[in-house]
Order: sequence, then C-alpha cells, then structure tokens
Amino acid sequence: MSDKKYIDQATGTETVGHEWDGIEELDTPMPRWWVWTFYATIIWAIGYVILYPAIPLVNSATEGLLGWTSRGEYAKEVTAREQQLAPIRAAMVNSDINSVATNPELRTQAINGGASAFKVHCVQCHGSGAAGFAGYPNLNDDDWLWGGDLEAIEYTLVHGIRQPDHDETRFSQMPAFGRDGILQSNEIQDLVSHVRTISGDETPSAASQRGSVLYEANCAICHGPNGTGDRLQGAPNLTDRIALYGRDRASLTETITNSRYGVMPRWGQRLDPATIRMLSIYVHSLGGGETAPQPEQTAEAGESDDQS
Amino acid sequence: MDHILMKAGGWLALAFIAFAAMVLAVDGGFAVHMAIIMIACFIALWVTVSKADYQAIGRGIIKAPADEGLYDDDPIRWGIIATIFWGMAGFAVGLYIALQLAFPVLNLGLEYTTFGRLRPLHTSAVIFAFGGNALIATSFYIVQRTCRARLAFPGLARFVFWGYQLFIVLAATGYLLGVTQSKEYAEPEWYIDIWLTIVWVSYAAVFIGTLVKRSEPHIYVANWFFLAFILTVAMLHLVNGLAMPVSLLGAKSYSAFAGVQDALTQWWYGHNAVGFFLTAGFLGMMYYFVPKQAERPVYSYRLSIIHFWSLIFLYIWAGPHHLHYTALPDWAQTLGMVFSIVLWMPSWGGMINGLMTLNGAWEKIRTDPIIRMMVLSLAFYGMSTFEGPMMSIKAVNSLSHYTDWTIGHVHSGALGWNGMITFAAIYFLVPRLWGKQRLYSLRMINWHFWLATLGIVLYAAAMWVAGIMQGLMWREYGDDGYLVYSFSEVVSAMLPMYLIRAAGGLLYLAGAVVMVYNIWMTIAGKQRDEKPMTETPHDPETDKPLVNQPTAVPAE
Repeated sequence: MSDKKYIDQATGTETVGHEWDGIEELDTPMPRWWVWTFYATIIWAIGYVILYPAIPLVNSATEGLLGWTSRGEYAKEVTAREQQLAPIRAAMVNSDINSVATNPELRTQAINGGASAFKVHCVQCHGSGAAGFAGYPNLNDDDWLWGGDLEAIEYTLVHGIRQPDHDETRFSQMPAFGRDGILQSNEIQDLVSHVRTISGDETPSAASQRGSVLYEANCAICHGPNGTGDRLQGAPNLTDRIALYGRDRASLTETITNSRYGVMPRWGQRLDPATIRMLSIYVHSLGGGETAPQPEQTAEAGESDDQS
Repeated sequence: MDHILMKAGGWLALAFIAFAAMVLAVDGGFAVHMAIIMIACFIALWVTVSKADYQAIGRGIIKAPADEGLYDDDPIRWGIIATIFWGMAGFAVGLYIALQLAFPVLNLGLEYTTFGRLRPLHTSAVIFAFGGNALIATSFYIVQRTCRARLAFPGLARFVFWGYQLFIVLAATGYLLGVTQSKEYAEPEWYIDIWLTIVWVSYAAVFIGTLVKRSEPHIYVANWFFLAFILTVAMLHLVNGLAMPVSLLGAKSYSAFAGVQDALTQWWYGHNAVGFFLTAGFLGMMYYFVPKQAERPVYSYRLSIIHFWSLIFLYIWAGPHHLHYTALPDWAQTLGMVFSIVLWMPSWGGMINGLMTLNGAWEKIRTDPIIRMMVLSLAFYGMSTFEGPMMSIKAVNSLSHYTDWTIGHVHSGALGWNGMITFAAIYFLVPRLWGKQRLYSLRMINWHFWLATLGIVLYAAAMWVAGIMQGLMWREYGDDGYLVYSFSEVVSAMLPMYLIRAAGGLLYLAGAVVMVYNIWMTIAGKQRDEKPMTETPHDPETDKPLVNQPTAVPAE
C-alpha cells in the first residue's frame, strides 16, 4: 500500500499508493476555489432557508423571516395588474358602446385589450389572424351573419350562437332538405346550380333554371327572393363570394342535404362585461365593422329569440 | 439430464401461464405483451433443450474471441452491441419526433405514430436502452478489472443482459400500444415494473458479488459510483412504481400516491433518474476510461471522496425543483432549490477530476480523438451541471419552466455528456474486447467527433434560443397591461428553431452512423489504410501552435 507511493513526474504530486488495473491516484489537495465556492453555496443555502419557508414541522412548516409565500406573490401581482386596469375597465362599461368606441383614448385601450383577450379566447376557432376556417367565420370581412355594428357584435358575444337553454341566444336552423326528405337528390343538385349561379361561380344553365323554381318555394323565405340573406334570422347572403362552409358543389350539397349547426359560446357567462366590450370593439375594428347602425338593425337584436 | 428436464419444464410452464394470461387479458396491450413473453419463454425453452451449443453460436455471430479465462467478457460484448443498436434506434426516433414538431403531418394520423407515443419511445430508448446497456456492460467490464476478479454468478449476468432486453422490448412496444402509467421516464406498467425489479436485483447481485470476490484491498472510485447508481435506482424504481393494478390480467394500474404527493414522488424519481442513472453511473464510466485512455493517474483522491459523498447526499433532495410554482408546498420548493444549488460544486468535482487527470497528457487532445471526445463530454457535463442549479432558482425557473430551454438543457447533458463518454468508452472497449490491435479507423472517430459536436451545438443553441424566446413571449405584457402574444403565435415563432434542432439531431445521428461502420469493420477484423492523425504543427518549447509555418509535421 503506502510503500507504492511515489512522486508523479509530470505533476510533481505524490500518489496515494493504490493501483487498480494500472490506474493510480494522485494525492492532490482539493482546489481551494472549489472548496470555498462549495462553502459559499452552503452558507447561502442556510441564509435562504432562514428567510423563506423551508423546514417542515408537525402541522406546518417554518414561514421564513421574509414572510414570503408563492400564493402571496401571485395575489400581489394580480392585484397590481387589476389596479392598473380598474379605471379603464370601469370606463369601458360606464357609457354605451358607441360612445366608448368614439372616444379615441378608450378606443385604443379597447382594441389593445380586445386583441389580447381574442388571443386567449377566440383564436382556437377564428384563427390568430381572425380569418376563420371552414365553419368558423372570417371576422376581417364585412359579411356578417347576425349584424356587424358594435351593438350587434356585443350581443352575439354575450349570448352566443345556438346555446341551449338560453332564450336570448342567436338562433336559427336551416332544414336538412335531403335528410328529411323535403327535396330529392337531383333537386338538390339543381338548387346547388342555382346558388352557384347567383354567387357568380357558374353561368346559368337548365339545372339552375330548375333550381330557381325550387329556391322560390323552399329558400326565399329566409334567404330572401334575391338570395341576399336576412340578418334577423342569421340567414347568409348567397350572392357574395363568401360562404362559411365553402362554395364548391360538394360543400353546398352537404349543407342543403344535412344542414349545419355551428355554435359559439355565451361569453357573457365566462368573461366580464368590460372584456366583452373590448372584444366587440376589437372585432369591429378588424375591417368589416359597420359604422352606422340602422334603426331596424338595432331592433333586430331584441327579436333574435324568433326561432324559425 | 434431470436438470435440463426441470429447466425445460419450467420454461414450458411459464409459456403456458403467459398464454393463459394472453387469452384471458382484459385489454389488447396486455395480450400483446403476454404473447411477447410467451415467445421469449419458447425461445428460452428451445435454447435449453436443443443440443446445439448456443453459447458458441452466439459467440460466432459477434465474432467473439475465445474466453481467456481471466475475465468473463461475453455479456459485455453483447452489451456493447445492444448499446449501439438501441442507440441508433433512439437517435433515429429522436430525429423523427423533432421533425414532427416542425412538420405535424409526420404524425401520420395514426395513434401509434403520434408524438405522444413516440416521445417516451425516444426518451426510454436513449436513457434506458442505450444508456442502460452501456452502464451494465461497462460496469461489468470495470468491476472485473478493478477488482481483479471474474464476474460473480455468470448465469445470472447473462440473465441480466437478456432480461433487460426483454424489459426494453416490453416497454417500447407498450408505448406504441398506449400502455403507460403516464409517469415521465417511468412509463412502463406494473407488470413490466415487476420484471425490471427482478432483473435489477440480479444485476445488483452480480455486481456486489464481484466486489465481494475482489482480490484488491480497496474498492476503486468508479465502483462506488456504480454501486450508488445500482442501489439508488432500485430504491427509486420500487417507490415510484408502487401501483394497484385494475386487473391482474390487464395493463392498467393506479399509482399508490395521489395528487401532489404523486407529483413529488414522480419528480423525486425523475430527478434522481438523472442524478444516479445519467450522472453517478456515467461518472463511474468516466473514472475508469479517462485515466486508462490518458494513461495518467486520477487527479485527486481526496476530491473524489468528497465529491462522491456530497453528490449522492445532495442529489436525492433536489427533485422538488421540477415543481416550482405548483401546488407543492413552498417549503418543499425551497428545499428543492437550495439542495440543487449546493449540488453545483459536488457535480463539478467530477468534471475537475476528469479534466485534470489529463495533467501531463494535454497533448493527447491534439493527437487522440478518443481523448478529445472525453474532454468534450466533461465540458458538457460541467455546463449542464452549472445550468441545472441555475434553472432550479425560482426566478430563473419562472422563465425557463415548460419551455424548450429544458429540452436544450437535457440534451446538452444527454448528447454531450452521456453520449460522448459512451462513444469514447465504446471506441476504447471494442478493440480490447474483440482482441484487435486497433480500431478500423482513427480518422473516422475524428469525423464522428466533429459531426456530433456540431450537432450538439446546433441542437442546444437552437433550444436555448427557442426556450428563452418562448418564456419571454408568454410573459410579455404590453403598456396597457395585456398579454401580447397568443400561444399559437409563440408556436409559429419557434419553427425556425425547430428546424435548426432537427438539423442538429441529423448531424448527431450521422456521427453515430460513422461509428457503427467503424465498429462493424473493427469487429470484422479490418484495418483502414489511412494516414495517421497529424498534430497541429507546434513548438514544444513554448507549447504553442506554429500558425505561420506552412509545413505540416506528421505526428509520428
């Protein structure tokens, strides 16, 4: 053992005297900087343990001299944020939405706050650019199912679309013309031709002629004699080149055969009125917001419990 | 003859039990696993009863040299081949899931190939299949040499190897089939856990039995680390695996713990899987292969004692730092954090002892690509063991937690430290285990080194940037007091980083492919006709490179 100790040539350090499969060990002292840094971390740890909750006791743990808790820190941050936002939130709901939207300062606040809320609550369906997907409306254009002025948008947000057990929700339902046997499949194809003709996707044909007769009998009552839709019932305008579920023949056939039943949550249940107001102003600002609500459109908001 | 009859009967009985369990299984995953076990029993039965000498056939397949009698190296040769095989599988799956993150279409719309199922396949393949086989093989190699004793219980040692491979197959197929207890790095279900317990206890028996047989007065430091690794992993696995099966004929079980206790138990396990599997075990490898390859004494015996005991004492407490700002009580979070920070120097003790062992042999970094791999490995070990304590600080963790920074941290440790030290060990072992004069090619190791290094740098840098960017974007408030970014905007901002990460993974995999070729040719007995590695021309007087001299000086 100790008799095998010798001074290593390259380092001038003595070996310990052990040897395993040719491996020996030097008796180098531990580097001082290593030892002192190790001590420093231990001293720091003792200090931290005294200052913060650390040692478990029978029923609770030591609380630490600073009295810090993670829940307390969270509550402090939330309170600070709420205090910062409280006056703005109050101002949002203190007057009607049109005057909030015309006040330049409040409008900026609403658009910023609405954009932020949109990213949390709305992007899942409407997309981060609010451009929507098939079945989820694009909010950047001026094609509105239920109305595009500030009050109509806010109403839609508060009450949602096709929410069960809620009388004020936006509600309409197109019949499933094929599934329920109202129209035969060749009739549906004629109707598709007609719809694609008035939207400008197809040129008039014999099929679309036959389809226009069917349209008069079955569709005009909601979509209007010219196909321009009816916001009272959420019936889309068929003459533009925007269609929620697609303008191709397959999508239109599916819609007429089985109908559609898109829903949106009642945000009034989940978000506070200030956030909903900010969201309304934000969505209105995206490009398609309608500036001057007509008297009859204001009335429409109150009549939407009219279930077809 | 009676002996063979007993054994064959036993295997047959086990096969019948597995068959019955398969027929009676209450879910598909369990049935598939019982079928795999039945097949394994039939293979064992065939090997038992047939007259053929399977030992010899097996030795023929891997071209093993004759057993020289001093040490029992067959399970080690098999272990090295298993290490390389599972490593390639694990790296390839890793690259694939990295690409899935950049191109979600690669999920293929099949439940078996979704990220959620392939990800545990990747982590378990690299940690437990690649790392585990490397640890078992090298520990068997090292414990024999440093104890000057032949492996204890040779039959049990072979059972450890094959039993561990069966564990890997059951775990991996389970992930694809959706058999999981949803505990990270401990996903296999209760019956696979029981099997691993049997294998692991056998492993401990072989290792400790060899230590007891030793003809050296002292136990070498590498064996301390291996022993700490084997015993602690056994304890962690037993406690975290405690679960109640819903049916003894089904895969599903429920953890013995609930809520935050379950989370704490899981991260006590999870962190020490890093601490004792990926740190202590691999330090055991480092303590043998670095001094052997450098042909230098270990830098400091005293440092090895202090850093060993402080490392194993402190590591076991650090788990709660995985649960900062959660339902875990504040006091437990505090303790997890302070123990992690005190752990910094004990971890670095291993790096210092490894790097400073090169004292007096520094020129080998220029001439020996294996030493170069070891140095890089220790450098990444040092970086990750500094980064880890730093990330355990609550203020840092509130930014880094749940981001890709964690992924970057883990991979700088896994690819840099665990990967490189394992590759170095494989290059060291293969010529010795197969009785070859030298490897097929030294220059190919250099290629492997640079491909892997570049891969790690791309990977880690991309994930650091991605993680910090992600953390900052999540918490970004505008002047008006509202969050600025949506989750999906953060995801799309990371796409370039995901592409760079995948490129890094590809380079790392390419390096490993070079290794496979090199090892294959070495075992086949070939030697590549190549120019010797040359030194950078340098002046030995001042020990500085001669950058201005155009003429290269061959290393010979």
